[in-house]
Amino acid sequence: MELWQQPAHKLQKLLSEGEIGARELTVAHLKRLREVEPQIQSFITLTEEAALRQAAQIDERREAGEKMPPLSGIPMALKDNFCVQGLPTTCGSKMLKDYVAVYDATVQRRLRRAGAVLLGKTNMDEFAMGSTTEYSAYHISKNPWDTGRVPGGSSGGSAAAVAAGEVTFTLGTDTGGSIRQPAAFCGIVGLKPTYGRVSRSGVMAYASSLDQVGPLTRDVTDAALLLNVISGQDPLDSTTAPEDVPDYGKFLRRDVAGLRIGVPREYFRGAEEGVAAAVYGGIKLLEKRGAVVEETSLLSPDYCSNAYYIIAAAEASSNLACIDGVRYGYRAQADNLQDMYLESRGLLGPEVRRRIILGTYVLSGDAYKTYYLQAQRVRTLVREDFNKAWERYDLLITPTSPTTAPEIGAGIGGPLNLYPRDDYNVSANLAGLPALSLPCGLSQGLPVGMQLIGKPFAEGLLLQVAYSLEQETEYHKVLPDVVTADSEGVV
Amino acid sequence: MLTTKQVEEIAHTARLALREGEAKEFTRQLNQVLEKAQILQQLKTEGLAPTINPLPLTNVLRRDKVTGSLPRDLALANAPDHYGGCFRVPRIIE
Repeated sequence: MELWQQPAHKLQKLLSEGEIGARELTVAHLKRLREVEPQIQSFITLTEEAALRQAAQIDERREAGEKMPPLSGIPMALKDNFCVQGLPTTCGSKMLKDYVAVYDATVQRRLRRAGAVLLGKTNMDEFAMGSTTEYSAYHISKNPWDTGRVPGGSSGGSAAAVAAGEVTFTLGTDTGGSIRQPAAFCGIVGLKPTYGRVSRSGVMAYASSLDQVGPLTRDVTDAALLLNVISGQDPLDSTTAPEDVPDYGKFLRRDVAGLRIGVPREYFRGAEEGVAAAVYGGIKLLEKRGAVVEETSLLSPDYCSNAYYIIAAAEASSNLACIDGVRYGYRAQADNLQDMYLESRGLLGPEVRRRIILGTYVLSGDAYKTYYLQAQRVRTLVREDFNKAWERYDLLITPTSPTTAPEIGAGIGGPLNLYPRDDYNVSANLAGLPALSLPCGLSQGLPVGMQLIGKPFAEGLLLQVAYSLEQETEYHKVLPDVVTADSEGVV
Repeated sequence: MLTTKQVEEIAHTARLALREGEAKEFTRQLNQVLEKAQILQQLKTEGLAPTINPLPLTNVLRRDKVTGSLPRDLALANAPDHYGGCFRVPRIIE
């Protein structure tokens, strides 16, 4: 097995036993990256030299007999909305093409302290608004399973980079499915933690009451490993929760027998046949392991997604007011301040401007009551709906997305929710719940994701159940066969 | 229903320049979105408190102690224009 195919927990072992060096591992990934990146285009910025330097330092420290932190030498990448001091942070936007971050996001500080080696920043829909990377102002990332298809979004570059073996793991952000949906489309594990579990300091905001940071990994064990490193209260983010951070690795081998799993029928109605079949297949395996499965009912995802788009747009219209060309970012030449604002912000892509206009509208006059206030009340209904479910179930299982990865240009990327692909994801954001997407099968050769939703701070239980299912399947070991520059030459 | 004129006004309020044809296009698309959102009116929500934030945290306080902040040169490092330690913009008052 090649080094770039292995999960972090296996590499960790090889590194600590001295089988391989950190520099060797970084070189192996950079080689793989150069082979597949022309086809996949996961990245916006590469940091090869800094990565090699960092890896060499890790080797030196290890050789000197230092006790090394858990991720020492593991190659990773961050979505391009995470600030890394001295590196461009574009958020997938031309507005921030030349923006160089002046401080580190808290999670990047934690990852660096844990020894993770940053290979670059990954592609995303502009300001995380989109579900395909087709709204990136730079390029469209390709799905490693079929380069004619999208990797999902908005953390599409992050998912594609892991699936293609360019890096071992990445971090993404999830406002309404932006970690889970691309993870499902690319056949990897994606975890959106509970709102407040992970610091967002230094991560560019889309919708602050919904956004959460989380890992995209090759398997469930890696997701637990990453969550251990990035979780916990942060004085720089007052929305982080004071809850203790358990060792998530300890949950993995626990028995699932007797756990009560609810399967909401409303989340299967719109799903493709192959998707539903793969998810039911996974559920059967959990039943075999002793979980108690029952069909149940939740508020229709259609209500959730409509409430979500109103709330997210409203918050975005406020958050993105800072993208004005005054303190950073692109500034248009103009004679007066008014025109400077107008023309500078005119550089924002159409989808971002559509959402800001919608958000500005639903916060104004009568529309405030009709749309925004009503959406926030529906949000309360969504939370109550889940609270009722928790009286009977330990967790809920749904498909992550109603479909597998669509073709590039199929038009499903937008605008807004006219062709939604995140219907099944947004309820977890509205209620602030943890949710994990796990590969559970293939439909016509494309990966299918199963979504596990849990109570607040029940990440451990989600990891436990996902790990249990992973033991019954091989999907986390199946890697897409990316046509590389080399292999093309062979044909 | 939004009119094209309204969309132009909202875009101006949000300080967003529109390109040729966009006002009309956005109006059509946003009306589709708002039409879909009508579904929310079917739900009974009278008496329900709106959810602003899913986390049951209120009044997050810290000790009133001076801590470090971003140094001025770093805060200004990405400024398109600055002068005397301040962000400079085109003249506002004639």
